[in-house]
Formats: sequence, C-alpha cells, structure tokens
Amino acid sequence: MTLLAFLILAALAVAAFVLNRTAARAIQAGGTRTHSLAYFHGLYALLAVLVPVFILICIFLVLKTPVINAMVIGGLPDAEIAGLPRGEVDLILATIQSITRGQTFGTPPDWQLAAAERLTTLYATADILLVIVVAALSAAILFLVRRQVAAEFRARQAAEHIVLGLMISCSLVAILTTIGIVFALVFEAYRFFEMVPFTDFLFGTSWEPQIPIRADQIAAVGAFGWLPVILGTVVIATIAMFIATPIGLLTAIYLNEFAPHALRAVVKPVLEILSGVPTVVYGFFAVLVVAPALRGTGADLGFAVSSNTALAAGGVMGIMLIPFISSFADDALTAVPRSLRDGSLALGATRGETMLKVLFPAAIPGIVGGVLLAVSRAIGETMIVVMAAGLIARMTINPLDSVTTVTVQIVTLLIGDTAFDNPKTLAAFALGLMLFILTLGINVLALRIVRKYREIYD
Amino acid sequence: MADITTSGTDGPRRTSLTESSAKVAKRKRADLILQGFGIAAILAAFTVLFILVASLVTTGYSAFVQTHVTMDVYIDPAEIPEDGLPRGGFQDVLTASLLGSLPDADPETDARAVRNILSNGAQFYLRDRVVADPSLIGQTISITVPVADPFDQLNKGNVDRATPEEQRRVNDREVAWFDALDEAGMIATPLNIGLLTNADSRFPELAGLRGALVGTFWALLTCFLIAFPIGIGAAIYLEEFAPRNRISDFIEVNINNLAAVPSVVFGLLALAVFLNWFGLPRSAPFVGGLTLALMTMPTIIIATRAALKAVPPSIREAALGIGASKQQVVFGHVLPLAMPGILTGTIIGLAQALGETAPLLLIGMNAFITSAASSPFDASTALPTQIFIWADSPERGFVSRTSAAILVLLAFLVLMNGIAIYLRNKFERRW
Repeated sequence: MTLLAFLILAALAVAAFVLNRTAARAIQAGGTRTHSLAYFHGLYALLAVLVPVFILICIFLVLKTPVINAMVIGGLPDAEIAGLPRGEVDLILATIQSITRGQTFGTPPDWQLAAAERLTTLYATADILLVIVVAALSAAILFLVRRQVAAEFRARQAAEHIVLGLMISCSLVAILTTIGIVFALVFEAYRFFEMVPFTDFLFGTSWEPQIPIRADQIAAVGAFGWLPVILGTVVIATIAMFIATPIGLLTAIYLNEFAPHALRAVVKPVLEILSGVPTVVYGFFAVLVVAPALRGTGADLGFAVSSNTALAAGGVMGIMLIPFISSFADDALTAVPRSLRDGSLALGATRGETMLKVLFPAAIPGIVGGVLLAVSRAIGETMIVVMAAGLIARMTINPLDSVTTVTVQIVTLLIGDTAFDNPKTLAAFALGLMLFILTLGINVLALRIVRKYREIYD
Repeated sequence: MADITTSGTDGPRRTSLTESSAKVAKRKRADLILQGFGIAAILAAFTVLFILVASLVTTGYSAFVQTHVTMDVYIDPAEIPEDGLPRGGFQDVLTASLLGSLPDADPETDARAVRNILSNGAQFYLRDRVVADPSLIGQTISITVPVADPFDQLNKGNVDRATPEEQRRVNDREVAWFDALDEAGMIATPLNIGLLTNADSRFPELAGLRGALVGTFWALLTCFLIAFPIGIGAAIYLEEFAPRNRISDFIEVNINNLAAVPSVVFGLLALAVFLNWFGLPRSAPFVGGLTLALMTMPTIIIATRAALKAVPPSIREAALGIGASKQQVVFGHVLPLAMPGILTGTIIGLAQALGETAPLLLIGMNAFITSAASSPFDASTALPTQIFIWADSPERGFVSRTSAAILVLLAFLVLMNGIAIYLRNKFERRW
C-alpha cells in the first residue's frame, strides 16, 4: 500500500510537470513571452506536488506504528492491563502482534483476539487512509499550481526557491544527526543516572553490570563504576599508540624525504589497503594469529598470558592505525613550504638533518593533530576489542592481563535482550555518552590544531 | 662573503679537512640510520599485511571446497510412503545406503555412528529431490550430499591422524570407514557453491553467506539511496550557495566532527531513535542502511565539495556570462563535471560502510537467521556481522568459513575500490 501511495504521488507529480509545461507552451504559442521557460513552469509544478506530499508520507510512516500501538493498548480492557508496568504491557502488545501474524501458542484469551483483530483493521485503515490522503492532496496541489501558470509568473525563481530549501534541509541533516546523537545519549543516560547515582558511576572502581533479572534470583547486585572500564580503554589505546606512532611517523618520514619515486608508488597504495581493511577482519586476525602467538611466546618464556590480552588487542589496533598516522604525517610534511627545505639543504644540512631539525618541527602541529585523531579512533574502535579483549573489568595496567573497554561493554550490554527499563541496558548509553564526549573533545582539539597550522603556511 | 675573507687572514679553516670529513661521515651515518629506521618501519607494515593475508588465505582456502559423498540410494517405499510426503525416513534410507557400502559396520549397533558421517542436512537434499519428483520412490538413485564437519576437516587434512584417538572428534573406526568410502571413489571435494548460495546454519558444512550477502545488498542500497542525494544536496549548498557566516561554519565543523564520531555511537543512536522511538523492526537491513547512511554522509559531503571545488571558475563564469542563473550553472555545468569525483567518493564511502560492523551489532543484525531476507524490512545479517557470528562459533569448520567469508568481503572491497579508481582515472579531467 505504501508503494501504491508512492506510485500515485510519482504519477501525479509527472502529470503536474507535463500539464504546466504544456500550459506555458500554449501561452508562448499564443505569442506572449513568458517570464520563465516552459520547462521551469513544469519543474515548479513537479516540486510543488512532490516535496510536501513526500514529507507527509515519511511522517506518516514514522508515526504509523507508535500511534496504532498506542490505540490498541488504549483499547484493551482496563481489567487486563490496570496497574501493569510498561514492560508487561509491551509484552502483551508483542503477543497481540504475533497473533496477527498467525503465530499463536495455545488459544489466546478472547480479549487478545479482539485486540489482534483491531490491530489488523487499524493497519488496513491506515494504509487506505494514506493512499486516499496522498491522492487527494497531490491532486489538490496539482489543481492549485496549474492555475498559477501565467505569462508573468516567475516560475524559475519559485522552483529555485524550493530547490534551495531542499538543499538547506539536506545540510541540516548533519546537524540533526548530531542533535539526535546528543539527545538520545543524554536522555537514556539521564534515565540511567536516575537509577545509579552519577558519582557512583564516575568514581566507582567496580564494574559488574550483571544485575538480577528476577527478584528472587541469586546474582551479583550490580556495580556501575566506570573507572576500570576507562582504564582498560586507556591501556589498550596506549599500547596501540606505542606501536602505531613510531612506525607511522618513520614511514611518513622515509616516504616523504628518502623514498625513490617507484617505491613510494608501491608503498602508498599498500598502506591504503591496510587502512581499508574492515576492523572486524583485524579482530579476527587478533584472535586467529596474534593472541595464540603471544600465548605461545608467553608459555615459552614462562609467563602466564591470558587468552585475550590487552597486548593482542592493542597491538592489532596499532597496526590498524599505522596508515592513518603515516598519511596524516605525510600530508603535514608535504605542506611545509619548499623554501624551508631548500634553505636547510643549501646551508649544508644532510637530508636527514633537514628532516629532523627543520621539516619535522615545522610539521609538528599537523602531526600532533593526526596523532590525536588516531587516539580518538583507538578509544572509539569497537570490533577489534570486542573480539580480542576481555569482558571482565579489572583495575590493572598489566598489558598481559585481560582488560575490557568502553566499547566492548557497550556492545556486550546491548547484544541480545534490550529492555529499556533496567540499568544494565541504560548503562551502555551512559558509557556511550562518556565515549562521545571524550572523542569529541579530542577531535575538536585535533581539528583546531590542524586548522591553526594550515593558516600559517597557506 | 665578508666573513670568509676576514677569517681567511688567520688561516683558511678552523677545522682540518680530515677532521671535517670524519664529522661529515658521522652525519652521513646518522642519515643512513634514519633511512634504515624508515625502511624497517615500512617492512614492518608490509610484513603484518602479508601475515594477515597469508593467515586468512591458509585458513580460508579450504572452505571454498566442500567434501561430498556420492552414493546410490534405494528409496524404500516402506520408509518413504508417497502419501506421507514431505515427511519420511529420509535419514534412515541414506544410512541404509551407507551401511551397504561399509561391510564391516554392524547395521544394528553402528547405524548411529554411520549416520553421523553425513551432514545433518543431507536428508533435506534427498527430501527435496523426492518431493520434486515422487516417482523416484521405489527406485535407486545416485545422490551427492555433504559430509559432516569432522569428516570434512579429516578429508581436508585439518585433522592430524597421528593425534591420540581420544583427542580427535573422529575415532579410528570412523576414519577407517571414511577411508573405505574414499577408496570406493565415493568421496569428492568439489567447489563449495553452497558457501555463496546457502543461508546460515548451525552446521558449518551447510552454512553459507546468502543471507548475509542479501542483507548487505539491501543495507547498502538503502544507504546509497539516502546518503547520495542528501550528501550531494548538502555539499552543493555548502560549497556553492551558503553565505559565509557562523551558521555555515557551524554546519561545516559539525560535518567534520560527525566523520570522526566512533561508529558504535551511531549504533546507539539507531537503537534509541530508530528502534525504540520510531518502532522500526529490529535486525532489518533497512535500519542498518539508515544508520550506515548517517555515517557515510560526511564522507560523501567532503568528497563532493572537493570535486565541486576542482571545477575551474571559468566554467561558472562562462555560464553566468551567457545568462544562466546560479542554479542553472551548478546543476547544468558544475555538477556534471564534478560527477566522476563525486561517484568515486561515494563508492569509497560505501566500501567503508560495507565493512562497518559495530552499529549493525547494536541494531541486532547478528541474529541467527536461516533464510535470506526478501525485503529490506525482514530480519537479516550482513557480511561483516556474519563474520563476527562465525568467528564466535566454536566448531572447527567455522574457522575456515570465517576466513573464507573475510576473503569474500575483501574481494568486494577490492572490487569497489577498483571501480572507484577506474572511474577516477577514466573520467577525471585536469584543467
């Protein structure tokens, strides 16, 4: 039915285009000059029909399910749902929905069957309503814009206004996304902090999110102190940076100053390949190759190495970041004006001295910006640590121990059952908020440093 | 010059030629050391890439073939009555056939062990054939079915026959049976088409990527349909029309920051907004595509702006000069010229989206689903999440399947990047 609505809209929009263009041509054929080309009369009609009705359909599609669900719940007999918590009402709703799909277990009570009936009817009515409204509204707009065709009607300006409006809305999507992220995180995190005090979260040194599901269940009480989690993140990110920074910078220095052209032509694409490998692949690599190798080496040397060490996860993450740092550093070195390099060489400095004492210091702001962006990536990186790091939060900085990270906890808390009314699920949003703030801070700082640096030499 | 002439009166040089050359040699050595470090760094990166690819290929190549057993099966009407279809004792019929080929197996006590040589899905191959053509009942037909994972691994040489019997998943008798079948010429190892055409399964020998490929297709299609027009619209506005003021600046900073937000945060956004507030279906490729679109958009916007910037002003001025409006200039002249660059950026953005895993995990695209999605609103997995699921599975057969799936994913990435590079080289114009 939704498809039918879209088809009707498309047909009427094209009809509007053809009608108005023909009308404008008729005016021109009558010997009157029109202000705008006939094409723009058509385009204006097309956009005037398409844009508002399309937006209407989208709003309808977004609101359809929640509104119908609310209506069905509102129509349930009071005796059945009075005093039930939200989760149980949702459960009843899910049962009713599965009845409409023909999946029943045993014989459901009559009131559920009635509600299922009602749900089906409401969906059918909504679909028919949509088609009727779309057809009527499109036709009405079509009729209105058809009457606007006149020799002096500024159709080009009108059409361009709509197009400009569309483009502005497109650029607002980026802002809306940011607002959406902030709002979703803050809202859910706020609900979390209603259950768990903010100070417990920020300063607690124990992270045990396994809370009892039933009241009589024997389980850990649950502790939500994020310090061990962020400590694990820092440990892994530090290991990653210890590997990525020297290798990345040395690669960039060599490529930028010493490498013969042919070598550069080979190395650059290979580094690009390395940066294009999805992180899930690196994660599997860590599990398949790096972790067993570390464990084997540890056993040979007499260390007890846990199976998912911070070193394995951090090391592989470092490999992932090498191309990132090297390309940033390469760009920064290339951006140093030629005159500095020539001046240094002319004074008799070797190329190495030129690089280390002139070019590198001049490029430092850009390089620092790149390294900071890499740090932010290391903190936010998910798949490698989900696959290769541990789940238990420990207050340790031993790289051979198993640690967990913010992203690992977010993913493990949200995989599978996600009821939005217990602290276990909401804790993920609190962690997400902290992660967002942390990475955003680093990014803003990095971009500011990079930008400031560019202003000096451009 | 003046310095040299004045110092020339005391003597030509402060340092002697030999001393100086020692210093120069030292400086040159330092230079070489720096170069050596650089080469070492590059070698390290190359070595890692080599190990990565080599380990994936060595573990993954065996999943591209699959051990099958071909046998003659008498479809016993007593076990499979025609009016009972699609139910019937298909497994018993297959087992009876295998027992016939293994004289030393006792039909009573070894039936279960012999049956386990075949994949659990073998009976469905037979069932599908009989259901399609019920006249086969009562005849003897030749059928090729996959063997169970332990025997597949044995055949591929991944099980060391020298390890003690109790540490293997196949005991000595089973190995002997398998060897007997092999000697009878019933075992073949053809190309594993099922890897691409089967949906997911708990049994490694049956598991394939079809569901994941279909899910990824829907997700990327959704992502493209949303991110491409919106990204281009935003980029054109920001590059060509936006007044230089604080709002435009803010949008620009915003887009740059959005490009660096961790992917898992987009997953949280999708979970809270798309699933929880809008009530969109869980595990649906449509929601995945929507999330990926938000992540791809900054890439597309940045690439589009660069492409628009590269169009020389002379084109714009010429068009403006003959009376085109600002929008006619952009849509009629600048945008077509910038299109190759925009498409290149878009394909690279989609290639990134193809490998994104974390946000898809949060919206539940890691479900166990044994059929391919028929619409973008059906529950499905995607290629990277399928890799994640298989990597977590304990069966030996899934290790090689995971590597094989990764190789498939990398092949797609290489293909997409290849297209992007081709487009760039073929259509990009230099002014």
